[in-house]
Parts: sequence; C-alpha cells; structure tokens
Amino acid sequence: MLKIDGLVLTVVDPDTGHETEILHGNSLELAQGEALGLVGESGSGKSMTLKCILGIEPDGARVDGTIALDGTDLLASGGDALRRIRAEDLALIAQNPHGALNPVLPVGRFLVEGMSDARSMGRAEARERAADLLRQVGIADTERVLRSYPHQLSGGMLQRVVIAGAISGDPKLLLADEPTTALDVTTQAEVVAILDEKRREHGLSMIFVTHDLDLAAAVCDRLAVMKDGEILEIGTPEEIRDRPRTDYTRKLMAARPMLYPEGHPAAFLAGGAGPAPLREGGGGNDETDRINGEEAGA
Amino acid sequence: MSTTAIIEVEHLKRTFHLGRKASVAALDDVSCELREGTCLAVVGESGSGKSTLARVIVGLESADSGTVRIAGHDVRPTTARRRLRERAALVQMVFQDPQGSLNRSLPVSATIDEMLRAHRPDLDKRGRRARVLELFAEVGLTERHADAKPAALSGGQKQRVAIARALAAEPKIIVLDEAVSALDVSVQAQVLDLLKRLRAEHGLSYLFITHDLSVVRDIADDVVVMRTGRIIERGTVHEVLDDPQQPYTRLLIASAPRPGWKPQRGLRDALMGADA
Repeated sequence: MLKIDGLVLTVVDPDTGHETEILHGNSLELAQGEALGLVGESGSGKSMTLKCILGIEPDGARVDGTIALDGTDLLASGGDALRRIRAEDLALIAQNPHGALNPVLPVGRFLVEGMSDARSMGRAEARERAADLLRQVGIADTERVLRSYPHQLSGGMLQRVVIAGAISGDPKLLLADEPTTALDVTTQAEVVAILDEKRREHGLSMIFVTHDLDLAAAVCDRLAVMKDGEILEIGTPEEIRDRPRTDYTRKLMAARPMLYPEGHPAAFLAGGAGPAPLREGGGGNDETDRINGEEAGA
Repeated sequence: MSTTAIIEVEHLKRTFHLGRKASVAALDDVSCELREGTCLAVVGESGSGKSTLARVIVGLESADSGTVRIAGHDVRPTTARRRLRERAALVQMVFQDPQGSLNRSLPVSATIDEMLRAHRPDLDKRGRRARVLELFAEVGLTERHADAKPAALSGGQKQRVAIARALAAEPKIIVLDEAVSALDVSVQAQVLDLLKRLRAEHGLSYLFITHDLSVVRDIADDVVVMRTGRIIERGTVHEVLDDPQQPYTRLLIASAPRPGWKPQRGLRDALMGADA
C-alpha cells in the first residue's frame, strides 16, 4: 500500500546555496496491515523519512523520488489533493503529544473534530463516541478526561488520547515517531501495548520510528536499520537479531546493555509472578535461545 | 571491594509544597549507603524522588530532616565558599545534559580550566593547560576537542567533557544523574566503559541515578528502587534484578523492552493488584 522509491532529501542553505543530501535514495515497501520499524541512532534519517511522507520536510528542502500511497504519488500531488490525503489517510503519533492537541480546547473537542463523520452526528452521539474511544485506549474516567485541557493530563494519558484520535479518523497509515520515548517505562509498556492492539484490531499499516531495537521488534513485522541517511538492511526482527547482514547492525545489537546478559531472565518473568505474567512469546524462552547475549557481554 | 560506607544517608525527608494545601513527599524517610569503591544505582520513574536524593546528597538542596554523611562529614547546604570547595573536592556531579556546564562561546577546555583554578591552586597557567590535556586524554578526547566550542562536539563528546570536568576536582565520589540516558546506544556503551575504567583507575565511588535497568546491570554493584519518595526494595544488582521481591520492582522489570519482549496490556494490574 506504501511504496517509497529512491527517496532523496536535499537541504539547501538559503544563504550560500550549498546543498546537503540528508537521505540518499532509500526504497521500501509496506503491505496493507503491516508494521515496519525504522530504527537507528540520532542523525540516521529515520524521522526525516517520516517527515517526507507527511510532506513536512524542512524549509528549503528538496524531495526527489516517489512516495506512493495506494498508487498515488504524494510527491507529485499538490495542493488540495495532497492536503486531503494528509488529513484523511495519514495519522501522526509524535513523541510530544502536545503538538497534536490544541492547548485551549478540552480533549473531548479534539476527539470529536477528528472523527471522519463528525458532521452527521448529534452532540450527544459524538460525545458518546469520544468516550468510547477513550475506553478503548484504557481510560476509565472518560467524563473527566473529555473535559480536561491537555496541560491537566499526564504525558501517558495524552499519548493515549492522541492514539484514540489517530485511530478514530480511520487512516490508511499510522506514522509513529518515537511515540513512547518521553514516557516512563511502565507507562511506555502500557501505551505501546494499546497502540499495538488497536493497530491490529483496525488492520492499520504503521511505520514506527524508534531508537529502541527491542521495542521496535516487539511491535513490528519488519525492521529497517538506518544509518547516516541510508537504509542498510530490512528484515524481520528475527533476521535482524539473529542474522544481521551488516557490521553496523551487528555492532548496534551488541552495544545495547542487556538486562539479562547471560540470557537467564528473572524467574517471575517465566510465570512465577502470580496471575497472568507475560503472554506467550514474552517470557524467558526467547531469551535463552537468542544468540547475542555473549556479544553484549563482550 | 570495601565495605566502608563513603556516603551514609539516614532518614532523609523532603517535602515540596505545591500550594496552600497540596504537597508531595519527594523523600519520605530515605536511608541508604554507598560503599567505598562501588557503584550504587538509584532506580525509579519520574516523581520517584531519585533526583532529589542526588541533589540533597551533593548539597544542592536541603532536606527537611535526616542526615547525609560523606566520608564521615555531615553535609548541609551552604553558601560558604570554603565549605563548597571542600565538598566539591569530595563529590562531583554529572548531569543528563552536559550543555548546562559549558559556556557556548568558549572552548570546552575553559570549563575544566575553571575547575582547576579552584581545586589546584598549585598549578600555574601552563600547568593547568597540561592537566587539561591529560584529563581530555583520560576521557578519550584530544587537544582538538579541548579547543573546540561546545557546538562542534557531539552529545557523547560533551558528556566526556563533563566527566573530565568532574575528574578535575579529583573527587572521591561522582554522582551521575541520568548521565548516559540521552546518548545513542553505541555512544552510551562507550561512556559506560569509560566510567567503569575511571572507577577502577581512580578508586572512585559512583551514585548512579537512572531509570534504565539495563544500565544498572552494566555498571552498578548495589541498587535501591524508589517509588513516590520511598525506597521500596534494595540489594545487590543480582538480588534485585534476578529475584525481585516487590511487585513494583517486578513491574519495572517486566515493562522494560528486551529481546523477545512483547507489550501486554494490564501489566500493572496483573503484577501489582491492589497496590497499583
């Protein structure tokens, strides 16, 4: 459904006319319902790639190549057509939820305005739909939250609101840019679980930008490793973890400090923690099988 | 490894008043100790009180009650220059954002020169320059880096400068407040290795404030877990990470992405139940 071909981003210095190439001709494809992780360190170009898709590249930058969404080249379409695509087909979940929310409007208004069929609904119905959206992202006291202004809510709560809003618009593609990086680890775990669940329920495609390889592996079908504006390799999380094709990926995997470098996680993670510890695949077996424990310790 | 405590914290309390009625206990009867030559990690999420603990220990903030003893001396906030200098010779601090201790318009060596003026009155200008270059070499930087302005250095290089600056005072203890949290993983690994080497070479003790359990595993000997101003679990890194006893510690561990990890909704309720 998304096909990026030969994407080049060039930034032009307005004073000197000097050109710097930021992205060097990247290509990737995303199937309907698929989640792709763009992983890399700072300056790798992962966020810039997302900006090119959204058409919010820096001022004075030039984008070459094609970005086709269901056959429509976003780079070739201009004006109203592009605005419509961005508004209806793409939904951004950024690191800072405040960017998506209007500080002087209660979040209930934000949710209602984002609904694709808001005009055909009465106030009460829209209100009930908004409350239902909040319940879907694990918010119980919906009345209070709908009435709250962004500054009155925590970062984790706001990010849930943004996710609810993104999904309500029924987009074709979710673009998540470090959506949980600013959150505490326990909040991150809950918010990313909600994002993952809702994305799958609605069959949405997603590009997930993060510096955290393990986080990306947990929610993505494939990972693209980026460095210095280039996609070095694309593969399933297992391929990237167990059979990296480039030295850089290997080094990146080995550099991560490991919570369980010997590959023996705490016993409670394997099921000794009482009710419903971790679901299948989240326990210890994957870790004891993995091969990179030794590398991490080296 | 010594068992002598170089920092002893006893019954520390600190309450922040947010308004006429609202207040929050940032430190609620906190006691812990840092054994000489070891690294104690203080782990917690935002609002746990871990940074307040660090700031009280180095004397940047006062406690309402309780005591902090460093190498046998009571620590209290002071503005007396002599007292501050004495304490700085004992404890240095490295923050998450190294930019804060660097002057944008001066070469980064200036911040270290300033430190040497205070702590090494025996050195003249030439001696200080030689010492600056020595310190830069120790943290893996060169003369070229010393003469660069902050903007020309990467985040990892700036954090190395901050570490060199701390070393310039020849302290016994370095308090590191999320000092590697903002770094890319490959840079983070290098800075952690640097910190481990410096600790061994200089017999330093570290108080390491972090939210990242993998980093704790990598560098710490002992760990205390903080939540809403209290220490809820303590022990060696092995005890706390491999056999956590408290539901909240388990939640922190289970929430941290690792190979094979999958997100799961309701982890907090599942692990903490009524305590959530």
